[in-house]
Amino acid sequence: MFGFSRSQSIAFLIMLALIVISPFVLYPVFLMRVLCAALFASAFNLMLGYVGLLSFGHAAYFGMGAYVTAWTMKFWHLDAFLAMALGGLTGAALGLVLGYLAIRRSGIYFAMITLALAQMVYFFCLEAPFTGGEDGIQQVPRGHLFGFIDLSNDMTMYWVVAAVFVGGFLMIHRIIHSPFGQVLKGIRENEPRATSLGYRTDDYKLIAFVLSCGISGLAGGTKALVFGIATLTDVHYSTSGEVVLTTLLGGLGTVFGPAMGALIVTAMENYLAQAGAWVTVIQGVIFMVCVLAFRRGVIGEIANWRKLTL
Amino acid sequence: MMMIFGIPAPLLFGQLLLGLINGAFYAMLSLGLAIIFGMLNIINFAHGALFMMGAFVAWMLLDYLGIGYFPSLILAPLIVGVFGVVLERTIISRLYKLDHLYGLLLTFGLSLVIEGLFRNAYGSSGLPYRIPNVLQGATDLGFMFMPNYRGWVVVVALVVCLSTWAIIEKTSLGATLRAATENAPLVQAFGVNVPRLITLTYGAGVALAAFAGVLAAPIYSVNPNMGSNFINTVFAVVVIGGMGSILGSIVTGFALGVVEGLTKVFYPQASATVVFLVMIIVLLARPRGLFGKAA
Repeated sequence: MFGFSRSQSIAFLIMLALIVISPFVLYPVFLMRVLCAALFASAFNLMLGYVGLLSFGHAAYFGMGAYVTAWTMKFWHLDAFLAMALGGLTGAALGLVLGYLAIRRSGIYFAMITLALAQMVYFFCLEAPFTGGEDGIQQVPRGHLFGFIDLSNDMTMYWVVAAVFVGGFLMIHRIIHSPFGQVLKGIRENEPRATSLGYRTDDYKLIAFVLSCGISGLAGGTKALVFGIATLTDVHYSTSGEVVLTTLLGGLGTVFGPAMGALIVTAMENYLAQAGAWVTVIQGVIFMVCVLAFRRGVIGEIANWRKLTL
Repeated sequence: MMMIFGIPAPLLFGQLLLGLINGAFYAMLSLGLAIIFGMLNIINFAHGALFMMGAFVAWMLLDYLGIGYFPSLILAPLIVGVFGVVLERTIISRLYKLDHLYGLLLTFGLSLVIEGLFRNAYGSSGLPYRIPNVLQGATDLGFMFMPNYRGWVVVVALVVCLSTWAIIEKTSLGATLRAATENAPLVQAFGVNVPRLITLTYGAGVALAAFAGVLAAPIYSVNPNMGSNFINTVFAVVVIGGMGSILGSIVTGFALGVVEGLTKVFYPQASATVVFLVMIIVLLARPRGLFGKAA
């Protein structure tokens, strides 16, 4: 189903089982944070892992998604489903505009351009009246889903977030394993060759970028709904860096890696919350260790060790 | 009062000077990035953190050892440069065979570590650094009062930038460097110790960032975030200029600072974003950058 290999099917079933069991063991709000981070990282991985383009500004799409969902929930009292969908659409629309500019360059320049464009979005959010500046948009109501599911209960909210994550995850998996995804991998391996075979590589890159940004916006919107807040942190470049770290640590270019990375990074932040600025230092050290000695990431190492595709 | 385009002249020139100062820092930082990129093929994300380190080292020299501004202007870049050499030898040199993106990620991690450590030790509120006595006060230029220190920064930055350009373009060391940037194995075949050249290049680029940091210390408060505030804009500057030309980096840096300063006068809301808007226009019209070579 969904083009899963045997090992991936087993891993997917394990992941589903964990998603179902864990809220009865762990704090649901923590798990929702993990799931939002996992969806965000999976979307980011679509660009870096499968197109080979490092976007260093994914916080822009995540954060704008969060702002739009928060704003429409609070001031338009929309249905939660519509608000989250609008968050995703915002991410995609912004991705279309900024991606159109960024794909004009590749490699290191692509990373710098996406970073700079995201910084522009950050400054815009700092100045624009609708974001609430330094305060952000606070006390966003969770509202209702489809008009009748009350989301104020944490467990109800958890199942909705879990469904959004699994839906987004399957969508990304489907994209990667479609003919379109094969072309993306072809572009990653050898772009001139893909061009010579008649593929308009820029179009493919842009579509992948828009999809990735759309799902990032959805993740941001979901996060805003869960925590009832959208702030400048969501569009700040440290958030962009964190999603890179999450993906790298979990396993670049693996289907399950970003989710694993999200679990580790979120747990770390949770337990080190008292440590203050040391969190940044530890994140930096993990970054360096990953790059120097652990480039496959957790899932990548497991896959390599067991000779599996994960 | 003299008015230019309906703006009081002192205000206009004041902002122009501020723009030139920001431009001086953009120029020095993007110059260092370009030199390092040319030789090592990595984008040194830690550049902002090392800039900040330069300011902090100057502050420490003054506070702990009583060493003043002018000796610090030499000492702090040396200390940070040696730190850079150690970094390059122990960590960064392990990545040369890998995709360039790993260098970016590694140095990003490095900047998190450096900034985090300084934040732990000194907090993020900022420490004051006094302008040296010789450079206090202001000079009447006829059309405006210029704070002496700000004029000094612009002049020194310009001198340092142009000397760097002269060393790279006009000396035999620079010629070796340029040759090694083009084709390292061939230069190595001529008996040049290329790995050492790479190490020294990184050290020099880092020292340049630290030098900019010392210059910045009396203007901005010395705080752990001063580098990351700058570096994102510097990346946009690098994209606009393209990293192919040394002189190009210098010109682009100063010019964008001035553009930013003018925007503060005419439309202050956009002053933080104007550099990025210029980047968008350049990407649309000339994707390889104003001074970049064709890909």
